[in-house]
Amino acid sequence: METLLFILLLFCPLAGFLINLSVGRKLPGMMSGCVANTMILLSFVSALTLFVTNNFIHVNLFTWLSLDFFKIDLSFAVDHLSMLWLIFVTGIGFLIHLYSMGYMKDDPNKNLFFAYLNLFIFFMLILVMASNLGVMFIGWEGVGLCSYLLIGFWNKDQANNNAAKKAFIMNRIGDLGFLIGIILLAYEFRTLEFSSLSHLLELEMPNSYILNVAGIALFIGAVGKSAQVPLYTWLPDAMAGPTPVSALIHAATMVTAGIYMMVKLNFLYALTPNVLLGVAIIGGITALLAASIGLMQNDIKKVLAYSTISQLGLMFMAVGVGAFHVAVFHVITHAFFKACLFLGAGSVIHAMGGEQDIRRMGGLKSKMKITHITFLLATCSIAGIPLTAGFFSKDEIMVSLFNFNFVLWVVGALASLMTAYYMFRVLFLTFYGSFRGTKEQENHLHESPKTMTIPLVVLGFFSIAAGYIGLPIGFNWLNNYLAPTLPNLSHMHHEFGSVSIALMIVSTVIALIGFFLAYKKYILNKQIPLEDGQYQGLSNIIYNKFYIDEFYNRIFVRPCYLLSDLLQNIVEKTIKIIINFGGYLSMWLSTPLSRLQNGSIGLYLFFFVVGFAAIVTALFFII
Amino acid sequence: MLLNILEQVGVTNYIVLSFLLFVVGLFGVLYRRSTIVMLMSIELMLAAGNLLLTVFSVYHQDIEGQVFVLFSMAVAAAEVAIGLAILIAIFRNIGTIDIDKLKNLKG
Repeated sequence: METLLFILLLFCPLAGFLINLSVGRKLPGMMSGCVANTMILLSFVSALTLFVTNNFIHVNLFTWLSLDFFKIDLSFAVDHLSMLWLIFVTGIGFLIHLYSMGYMKDDPNKNLFFAYLNLFIFFMLILVMASNLGVMFIGWEGVGLCSYLLIGFWNKDQANNNAAKKAFIMNRIGDLGFLIGIILLAYEFRTLEFSSLSHLLELEMPNSYILNVAGIALFIGAVGKSAQVPLYTWLPDAMAGPTPVSALIHAATMVTAGIYMMVKLNFLYALTPNVLLGVAIIGGITALLAASIGLMQNDIKKVLAYSTISQLGLMFMAVGVGAFHVAVFHVITHAFFKACLFLGAGSVIHAMGGEQDIRRMGGLKSKMKITHITFLLATCSIAGIPLTAGFFSKDEIMVSLFNFNFVLWVVGALASLMTAYYMFRVLFLTFYGSFRGTKEQENHLHESPKTMTIPLVVLGFFSIAAGYIGLPIGFNWLNNYLAPTLPNLSHMHHEFGSVSIALMIVSTVIALIGFFLAYKKYILNKQIPLEDGQYQGLSNIIYNKFYIDEFYNRIFVRPCYLLSDLLQNIVEKTIKIIINFGGYLSMWLSTPLSRLQNGSIGLYLFFFVVGFAAIVTALFFII
Repeated sequence: MLLNILEQVGVTNYIVLSFLLFVVGLFGVLYRRSTIVMLMSIELMLAAGNLLLTVFSVYHQDIEGQVFVLFSMAVAAAEVAIGLAILIAIFRNIGTIDIDKLKNLKG
């Protein structure tokens, strides 16, 4: 039974990928979408079954690499942590597949799209269910590949291709760190299995230097995958892909892989508190930087992208202070409300006929009721309005930060304030006020079809309800569930006292301040953001994303081009001359000799005679 | 009796004569353009060789040399027959017997 569930869970998406890739083009209408949806629904049902029956399976397919002192098996193990990830990856994945049925209806290559989506789920499941770092790396690379394929899906536009390349290359830089970490751990501990590493690190006094370096290296991998400073610039550019891709990959699943890996290796990071401090600092910098850029962006998807980076920064801060379970909680709630926000944005873009600039939107709440309500719910959640899911998880992060270091709490609070402000800004500018687009766009406005609104409703519901798995008072189901895999939980558990209540009130006040600032500016004063050329001074710098992309271009991309120019112009020409030298030499030698072959028999006979005479002379008079 | 004549004239002179005949024939083959003259020159070279063979057979009083000359003449005759056939084939192909016109192998 459990092997059947495992096979269904893992291999249905792969089967969906293969089917859609091979015969998808010939399937009529939305059959390719139905195939993909069925496959992932099967995966979701299997994951639910495993969850409900508490079946923590462990499957070893075969031995992948076997040296006499080191072995990597292709094995999968589901523990409590993986189970949570399985549920929301397959669940949200299914909702997004459903949404894509409506969103990609008119696309000629939709079979390829569904194939890649299924492939992505397959690799994500490999990553999540891996029982050792080697298999996790397979999934890690695989999701990077699928991200590339899906971002550059509309590949006729070169800008999309560039965005896809940028995402993949930056991911790869992180992967180098990940690989170095894996190799260090393999060298020191002779195993990559999570369970074995956990035991080994408990028992003996491990080499703390190697642990620190490995921790940093693995964190660099997480920085690349989860878009932290300095490897975050790919994520806003990745918005060039279709919106379901942005929702699935760059909000709910792939970018959480970094957090997943670090929480899975919590036993390692518990022994390297300095690395965790670095993690928290990087998370804090990222949260602030991304939130500040998000304040001024005018493309609805870019705002959400920077918001994702900022929220991931918050999650890494939680990891950095040792509160792994809180980070997991925020991952889960973030997956729901961010996916809801992205799908809502997609719905808006679909209705606006491809327009993504919020300065051209406005007043959509009357035309798109369901999208408006769900977007409103998700915005309240991300801003941290009380009793939403986002409120509970963000509040937990704030409590953990406060108990560790006041400065980190201030950073988190600032990031939350900015988050509340810019999310309500987007909400108000998109849905409230009067419509600022063209007449034909206005006539085209309509609510999205059911296949797009049902996922929105479900995700909107969970944006509120998912918070109740981690209530701070009474029974905290999530902490209880994660306790077996996160043994360090006990010392992080805070009593719900007056400090906690005070912090909760402060978080609420921050969210409300953000709300009121946005309300005052965009509803009461009815301001709309400036056009592109009109920003001045500091606003201009922030609007241009602090010119970090241009900076990277200067110091990383230009030298590559210079190097390739150097090789092309100097090295290649030199090699050409050297190689051609042989040719010229043989031609120089052969040109006189070729005159011997002029076809004149008299000449041939002459040489015949001369040669014969020479041989005879040699025979008789010399030898 | 032949040996007496040989002793009076001296073997060296016969060798020089044969050599001269050979060289004349050689130059005829190399530097004359008419194919018929080339064939005649080849015959001349053969004749020079035969002469030398005969001289040495008389000098050593051994009849084998002259027997060999008979064979050589037979071969020369056969060779001339074939050479003339080739000459006619060339003439039928290029309309002239000027050897310098056969330059198709040039290159």
